Amino acid sequence: MNTIFALAGVAIKELYRRKDFYVLFIITILICLVMASVNIFNDAKIVRYLKEISLLLIWISSLVIAITTTARQIPAERENRTLLPLLAKPLTRMQLILGKFLGCWIACGLTLLCFYIFFGALAASREHQLPLLNYFQAATLHWFMLGVVVALSLFGSLIFAAPSSNSTICFVFVAGILLVGRHLDQVAVTLAEPGRSITYAIYYAIPHLELFDVRDLIIHNWPLIGWKYFGLAILYALAYMAALLIAACLVFRRKAVN
Amino acid sequence: MLSSRTFFLLFFALLVLCFGLAAALVPEFQSWRGSRAQGDIFKVLMGDSRALFANHFYVKADEYYHSGYYPSIFDNRAAFETPHVGEDTGAINSKNHGDEEGFLGSPRDWIDAFGRHFFPDRHTHLDEGGPADDLSGSDNVREILPWLKLSADLDPDNVQTYTVTAYWLRERMHQTAEAEAFLHEGLRNNPDSYDILFELGRLYYESYHDTVRARNVWEVAVRKWLKLDPDAQKENKLIFEQITTHLGVLEGEAGNYDQAINWLQAAKKVSQTPGAIQQQIDAVKVKMAVPTNAPAALPH
Repeated sequence: MNTIFALAGVAIKELYRRKDFYVLFIITILICLVMASVNIFNDAKIVRYLKEISLLLIWISSLVIAITTTARQIPAERENRTLLPLLAKPLTRMQLILGKFLGCWIACGLTLLCFYIFFGALAASREHQLPLLNYFQAATLHWFMLGVVVALSLFGSLIFAAPSSNSTICFVFVAGILLVGRHLDQVAVTLAEPGRSITYAIYYAIPHLELFDVRDLIIHNWPLIGWKYFGLAILYALAYMAALLIAACLVFRRKAVN
Repeated sequence: MLSSRTFFLLFFALLVLCFGLAAALVPEFQSWRGSRAQGDIFKVLMGDSRALFANHFYVKADEYYHSGYYPSIFDNRAAFETPHVGEDTGAINSKNHGDEEGFLGSPRDWIDAFGRHFFPDRHTHLDEGGPADDLSGSDNVREILPWLKLSADLDPDNVQTYTVTAYWLRERMHQTAEAEAFLHEGLRNNPDSYDILFELGRLYYESYHDTVRARNVWEVAVRKWLKLDPDAQKENKLIFEQITTHLGVLEGEAGNYDQAINWLQAAKKVSQTPGAIQQQIDAVKVKMAVPTNAPAALPH
């Protein structure tokens, strides 16, 4: 376990050495502050549009950080010729995958923490309330969704030749699920066979990442999600993370490292 | 091999050429009909395509009015054909039918059933308390305003955006001055709009109790409506009925009963409920028969 945490620590250090997070965080802050300065009919209490823009930027930034950070982990080790010396140490391939995954996922969690603290402060400055439990649920679900994305990206980095192609495919896949994942069954009904069965199969097979997108509940101040359903969603995400990591381990076990 | 002096002279000559070309072309560009340089930032960035996005933001305001409970393109939108933010002003013909409470229907499968715990799944209106069902928070309806303003900025020719925004500003947010300024902005962009003039008249009459200005504005609105071709008049009967009915009420309250009857009869001709207008006419006639300002009869 210590080996996995040591590897994870390296991935976390890489995140704060690179400029991606700082750039995205500062851009998010700047855009939100500019939008907050807009005068809308002399009413300073209007806040929901600001929450929406802020959360949209947080989602985009977090996905960019998660996918790009993870996609280059193993290809960079291979390119720098450090993968073989790494595996020469008492370290199994499975531990390497788990370490990389954990590092990227924790790094995403740390960035989310910064983003949500900023979001909470921004919303509280206008709304004069801080629904901490709602924000906790939203941030946690967001983090577990990123866990699935990180596992997917790690799996992709073992299949696709270059980090750029892996990143692009992951972005398209994740955006597709977030935009139409919930409606694929409605689309399937309108199709003829075999399109209908194929679409239904895709609908049941894909990780429904849109379940973790509770932005509307936060923006419009809806009550808390039932804790039972919150827990089930976490289990759902953990199941997909495990499945993707097992698939990554299986692929990596047979992969040439030089 | 060219010397650095030659490079400097060449650079200077090019600068002069650029400056000269710009000085010659800019006036022509400014007066060119297709120039975007005269408009706001949206016009500069998007040109005429900005109007395509305006409707999206108008619908976004309606989505906010429902606190996020809104049908997607995959759902049954029959109950949301006309945005409720516009429908609730009473000035727009509604095309809505069907069940606005349950456009989602019953859960289709376990993923759909489970997913409904993670997005707004109940029909509410912001001015009726929103998701918290707390009427004290009904002024949260202000949250629709940014999207309406953005929609108006993107498509300044859409009259409905101005009238709907002014309605919510005046009626629910009690921001009469802002509503008036916004209507004037709409009127500058659409000088022939009888809809905006009608809303402006309502603002003068109901909020400022300024009968004279309300009458003037509504009479201008009637004249603008009468300039429409017959087909357009047929499509816009509702607004004519509303203007003339309001003028009838105004004249009736001012004691100009003949004028009031004239306006109400004009409204009756286009109304889908002529019986109700006739009742108003009868009420005015009763008032006419009772001379309220006549001196009381002196005892002999």
